[in-house]
Amino acid sequence: MSRNRRLKLQIFRVAVFLVLGAFFLLPIGAMFEFSTRGVTDTAPRTLNAWLTIGQTPDLVAAILASLGLAVLTSLGMLLLLVPTMIWIRLRLPYLTRAMEFLCLLPLTIPAIVLVAGLAPIYLWMNLNINDSILTLAFVYLILVLPFAYRALFTGLAAIDVKTLAEAARSLGANWGTVMLRVIVPNMSVAILNACLLSVAVVLGEFTIANLLNYVNLQVAIALLGRANATVSIAVAVASLLFAFILLVILSFAGRPRARVHLEDTGLPYPGAAGGGLR
Amino acid sequence: MTVIERPLVETVRRPLRGGTRLATPQWIAAAPFFLYVGIFLLLPTAIVAGGAFIDGKGLSLSNFATMNQRFVINAFINSVVLSAISAIIGAVFGALLAYAVATGNPNGVFRRLVSSACGVLAQFGGVTLAFAFIATLGSAGLITLWLQQHGMRIYANGVWLYQLRGLVLVYTYFQIPLMVLVFLPALDGIRPQWREATESLGGGTWHYWRYVAGPLLAPAFLGSTLLLFANAFSAYATAAALINQGSIVASLLIANTLTSEVGLANPGIASALALVMVVIVAIVMVLYTVLQRRTARWLQ
Repeated sequence: MSRNRRLKLQIFRVAVFLVLGAFFLLPIGAMFEFSTRGVTDTAPRTLNAWLTIGQTPDLVAAILASLGLAVLTSLGMLLLLVPTMIWIRLRLPYLTRAMEFLCLLPLTIPAIVLVAGLAPIYLWMNLNINDSILTLAFVYLILVLPFAYRALFTGLAAIDVKTLAEAARSLGANWGTVMLRVIVPNMSVAILNACLLSVAVVLGEFTIANLLNYVNLQVAIALLGRANATVSIAVAVASLLFAFILLVILSFAGRPRARVHLEDTGLPYPGAAGGGLR
Repeated sequence: MTVIERPLVETVRRPLRGGTRLATPQWIAAAPFFLYVGIFLLLPTAIVAGGAFIDGKGLSLSNFATMNQRFVINAFINSVVLSAISAIIGAVFGALLAYAVATGNPNGVFRRLVSSACGVLAQFGGVTLAFAFIATLGSAGLITLWLQQHGMRIYANGVWLYQLRGLVLVYTYFQIPLMVLVFLPALDGIRPQWREATESLGGGTWHYWRYVAGPLLAPAFLGSTLLLFANAFSAYATAAALINQGSIVASLLIANTLTSEVGLANPGIASALALVMVVIVAIVMVLYTVLQRRTARWLQ
């Protein structure tokens, strides 16, 4: 490469990074700035908005509901996916494609469409079973399927499930022991990844909760935004930071063992068409 | 001797109880998963698909008659325009950023930083994103106020942040990172030897991009743009958080038809509109898959 061209390339790269870096950082910085504003234009900076978060009962209830949903969804996801994926890998390989297809399907069905079909199902559940906000965990489990499936698949692909299972079986282990005490400890990083992704998805979900008339964290933020903009933006920053921390843990936790690039830790780029969080 | 009576390892013995294995088929263990997905994913989809063809009287196509109404057509046209423009802007800037990353050190901190950031930002959206832009460019936003102090009024003709133009800007925020994620693997497939070969044959930068890299990357670029289009087309949360009233795009229209506060809610029509949206997204995704296969053939 000639010297002249290398210089041009460097200038191009620096320019692209500076411009796009500013575009991406400014809105996040502006949120911080906005959340620390005083009541009037001349008032000094204050953390009042942040302190008010804990004193807003509606908000606290919504935060607790979202955290509860995150826990329930993660547990349900593990219960539903891990044994099925191991079993399919060991005994029913012909179902692999079918399972993959079903797990990735939520990426191509827009959340807004899913809601149109869920409305009658939830109406029935509210009348006949329970109308708690925690019932949202049922559909959130569907939303996290693609993310969790990918993460778990990466983990399972990295170990020799068949040999492990046969070895454990020949030593007299039953299937419960094989799964819980032999295979699961060997894919702990993948399980952690799947849980973190599920939590991040659940905490960011707005569409389904809003249209089924439940107040989760994001819906509460949106409602509060009309009454008290500074507080609602403070909560938005807090929830963003939380999700960011989860995803940073995720991008580093997955690294050393399986040597996965972030591009394939299960972040669902190739089919993000469902616009789940958007 | 007890050793003979009770061997230490019982591997070759027949099972102690029952001479035959249990007759439970092996697929039973996978059944809960398929049942669950059936109830909470396939059933809602079937309800939408079926509901679109059922009105008060029974099977009919009357729900699709709303597709002729002015506001419905406008909402879908707005959606297409919004998705297309934000996809093209996202694709161009995303490709530039991906190129800047791909030309750097493949194991560098910089590349890891950008790809991690893109992984996070591509998922960023909804209420938080809308509020971020309100804090930046809303009528009391950081940049709006700063520009005002310097004598510039960006909202002299109305606050465009809450209109279609505003949505285009906000959507690019998640479109650019998504483009980086989907386009970077294609750029990584480009070999430096191809450029050297072009140069040894007497070609310059223009020839290289026009006859070598351009045609190779075109399917990947087009495919990624389609994915971005589908991504924006089905987005709801960001638009809903930014725009409180009206149904300027298709996803908002579906939501408002589904849960209208003034008693105009009509699940049949909502299903019909949702079905139209699914069909459009599905067509785009099929094209995307075709282009993706084409890309995979050249760039490994």
